[in-house]
Amino acid sequence: MIKEVFQQLWKDKFARISLIVLAVIYAALFFADFIAPYTKDFSDRTMAYVPPSKIFTIDKDGKLSKPYTYNYVREFDNENLEIKYTLDRSKKHYIKFFSQGQPYKFLGLIPMKRHLFTTDKDGRIFLLGTDINGRDVFSRLLFGGRISMTIGFLALLVLFPIGLLYGGISGYFGGKVDSIMMRFAEAIMSIPSFYLLIILASILPSGMTSTQRFLLIVIILALIGWAGFARVVRGMVLSIKNQEYVQAARSIGASRMRIITKHILPQTTSFVIVAMTLSVPSYILSESGLSFLGLGIQQPDASWGNMLKEAQEFTNILYRPWLLTPGFLIFVSVLAFNVIGDTIRDILDPQSKTR
Amino acid sequence: METIKYIFKRILQTIPLLIMVSLISFFIIRLSPVDPLAELKLNPSISPVTVEKERQRLGLDKPIIVQYGKWALSFVKGDLGVTSNGEKVSQKLKERIPNTLLLTTIVIFLTWLVGVPLGIIAAVHWKTNFDRILTVLTSIGMAIPSFFFAVLLLMFAVKTGWFPIGGLTSPNFADMSFGNKVLDIAYHLILPVFVLFTISLAGLQRQMRANMLDVLDSDYVKFARAKGLPEWMVIYKHALRNAVNPMITLLGFEFAGLLSGAALTEYVFQYPGLGRLILEAVLKSDINLVMASLMMGAIMLVLGNLIADILLIITDPRIRVKSS
Repeated sequence: MIKEVFQQLWKDKFARISLIVLAVIYAALFFADFIAPYTKDFSDRTMAYVPPSKIFTIDKDGKLSKPYTYNYVREFDNENLEIKYTLDRSKKHYIKFFSQGQPYKFLGLIPMKRHLFTTDKDGRIFLLGTDINGRDVFSRLLFGGRISMTIGFLALLVLFPIGLLYGGISGYFGGKVDSIMMRFAEAIMSIPSFYLLIILASILPSGMTSTQRFLLIVIILALIGWAGFARVVRGMVLSIKNQEYVQAARSIGASRMRIITKHILPQTTSFVIVAMTLSVPSYILSESGLSFLGLGIQQPDASWGNMLKEAQEFTNILYRPWLLTPGFLIFVSVLAFNVIGDTIRDILDPQSKTR
Repeated sequence: METIKYIFKRILQTIPLLIMVSLISFFIIRLSPVDPLAELKLNPSISPVTVEKERQRLGLDKPIIVQYGKWALSFVKGDLGVTSNGEKVSQKLKERIPNTLLLTTIVIFLTWLVGVPLGIIAAVHWKTNFDRILTVLTSIGMAIPSFFFAVLLLMFAVKTGWFPIGGLTSPNFADMSFGNKVLDIAYHLILPVFVLFTISLAGLQRQMRANMLDVLDSDYVKFARAKGLPEWMVIYKHALRNAVNPMITLLGFEFAGLLSGAALTEYVFQYPGLGRLILEAVLKSDINLVMASLMMGAIMLVLGNLIADILLIITDPRIRVKSS
């Protein structure tokens, strides 16, 4: 079935573009160590807020040359009282492809040194400028994307079993069990989700390692979303549980948990697929919102949300627009996920005409 | 009479719901390792007597269930305690809640005003270029992170100087005449309203379009057409009425989404609303304020759903029949 869905997705023009965009993004994130010219923690304190490097392919004499770049020099302009960045045109730094650069461990395992592109030792190449600590925004975009683009899927992996089981039990058992369980789910849904999100994030103890924090944020995101999902599953279970094959299973003495997990819940698969693709973007947005406020992923780790945190200052928005790039990436990936989700819904449910 | 009875029943149902919400919020907040009085104790301008009074009021030396009872009792009485600055929480909420309500009601009003007609037009002109362009635009609207959009608009405001940079009032607000005060607030509201409007419009337009398409496909619409009714009458008299009903249920959800979405927008625009209040409270770990604003948010949400349900009972006679 998955193959069929994929084939139909590929036929749709917009869905195809979205699939390609997402594939490119995820491939770039997978090879982040290799593509990024610098490691995640590389910082050059003398190079804070440097604008994007200019890359030249035609030299001063007007001849075509290997691509090269100049370093920026920071100067203080005494007249206007501002810091200026000028190109140091005395020394060319050629851009080298597939050459040795900063050492890293590919996927955290294989030690390597080669980068897709880098420049000579005292040269600096910042495709998208640097942040306040002189860290390369382009490299951090790649490393931050790893967190931002996977956190949604992980949260869904936690949330779906909980929601399915909760909704399944509630719907199948019915009666008092059902009404108590549903009232509880409704109570969770009655708290504005973003309020709940920031409160849960704020009670995380400080002094955790970045992995622990990442996992706890995954769990928090899952805690916010399961109730709504469970309620829909319950509705579906109510309509399935009186069908004949369920009665048959009951009459041969299958246990209630077995009926729920083996016979009823598998019937909800197509709904689960749709719900999954439709809700990935909302988790990407939640994580970025949380990190934007400083309650999510913490420095020195990067995520698209916490990189945007710097955009909270007026001077940064006005004079350093390259700091806004994570926002565009969030936008593009959420848009791609939405388009794919809509198309999948149309494929699985031909009656709906929401597109 | 039936209707009133049903509405009354529906109102009664919210009480256990709110009790459950308060229990959940209370235990979540008590889970935190933060000493609820730490901020108060650290603040030199607050006397030990006040701290002791808070300890008594919260019953911190007693088991957690007693603490909850004490808290619930004083909440019902309207005593919400003091913030870490020593201000009254209830005073603070009284300042902020109307601002958030103002923002969200304007946004809901505008999205309905624009989203419903756009949904109808898109459904009537299904699969034309107009419909496709609208679909693309709404996809874009749904994909922009609210805070990022707010930041971009702020950038625009700073560069052009056409709009105020955040806040709700100008510095000389107190000296203005009433008319100017209204204009000043409206002027400050433009950007935050625009952000929330863009984001919630997309969902509403799509829902309206889907409902309308469903209804246009139904037998009674075909019959009305077959009968030879003019098309505008088929659409506005027969189809529209049925397509709008499910939208009213959505009103409650929309309100919930807006409360959450408004928090980030309020934060970026420095708008003095409930969302920013709870954020500041969370960042300062001001327990009283967090708890009270969390409850207020939940109450607003439950009331929003309640109003939507009551509206639905009034507009859709089928529900009355089903319930009785």
